[in-house]
Amino acid sequence: MAVDPSLAGRTFPATEPYEVSREKILEFARATGSVYDGEAAPATFPIVVAFSAMTALMEDPDVGISLHRVVHGEQRFTYTRPVVAGDRLSATLTVDSLRQIGGADIIGTRSELTDADGTHVCTAFATLVHRGEDA
Amino acid sequence: MTTTFEAGQALPTQTFRVTRADLVRYAGASGDFNPIHWSDRVAGSVGLPGVIAHGMFTMALAARALDSWAGGTGRVRELGCKFTKPVVVPDDDEGVTVTVDGTVKAVTDEGVQVALEVSCGGEKVLGQPKAVLRG
Repeated sequence: MAVDPSLAGRTFPATEPYEVSREKILEFARATGSVYDGEAAPATFPIVVAFSAMTALMEDPDVGISLHRVVHGEQRFTYTRPVVAGDRLSATLTVDSLRQIGGADIIGTRSELTDADGTHVCTAFATLVHRGEDA
Repeated sequence: MTTTFEAGQALPTQTFRVTRADLVRYAGASGDFNPIHWSDRVAGSVGLPGVIAHGMFTMALAARALDSWAGGTGRVRELGCKFTKPVVVPDDDEGVTVTVDGTVKAVTDEGVQVALEVSCGGEKVLGQPKAVLRG
C-alpha cells in the first residue's frame, strides 16, 4: 500500500510535552559516551522528542506507512539553543515533501521542538524512506 | 577550554569502539527498539549482513567528536548527515571502530562550518556529514 499522496504539507498535532530530566540526559550521554556537565544535553538528544512525533506519523492508519519498511535516510538538526534539564518540549511535525523514487516513498519531515512557553529550541529534519512492497 | 578555529584546519581524528552492548544501551536511552539493532535473525530477514548500529548512534558519535573539538558541550548550532552505509556490529567483545575526521571549511559570523568524515572499516558510513559550531 502506497503512502497517502495528500500527506505532503500536512501538519500533525503537537506531541504531549516531554519533561527533560537530568537523569534522562545523563542516560543518553552515557549511552553515547558523551560529556554531560549539567548544562547542554548532547546535540542529538532532541531525537528522543522528535522520534515520538515521527512514530505518531508512522502509526497513523490513514497515512499508510508500514513500520518495518521504513529506513531513516537523512537527519539534520538546527538549534536555537541547546536542550537543558527542566525543558518541557513539544514536537510539531510537518510533512515538507513526498516523492516516489524506484517504488519507494521519500518522506521529508520537519519537527519543530518548542519549550513550554512556545519558544523555538530545535528543528529536527528527518527523511524517511518507505520501501514499496516489491523494493 | 574554548578552541580557536581557522579555515582549512584539519581536526584531530577521533575513534570510537562500538560493541553490541553499546547498541543495547543506546536502544534503551533513545527509545528506538527496532530489532535490526539487536537481533541477527531479524536483521538477516530484511537482507542485512547482521545487526547494525542505529544511524542516530553513529550520528551521536559525530556530535561527540564535535564537542571534543569545540572543547565543550552546547556549541553545535547545526548538524546533519545522510545514512548511506550501515555499521555492522559483530557479536563479539571487540566490536567495530568508527572513525570521525573533520575539516574546518569556513569561519564566519554564522559560526564555524565543519565538514566531517565518518567511516568504519575504511568506508564512509555517513553521507555529507556536516556541522556548524557557534563561533
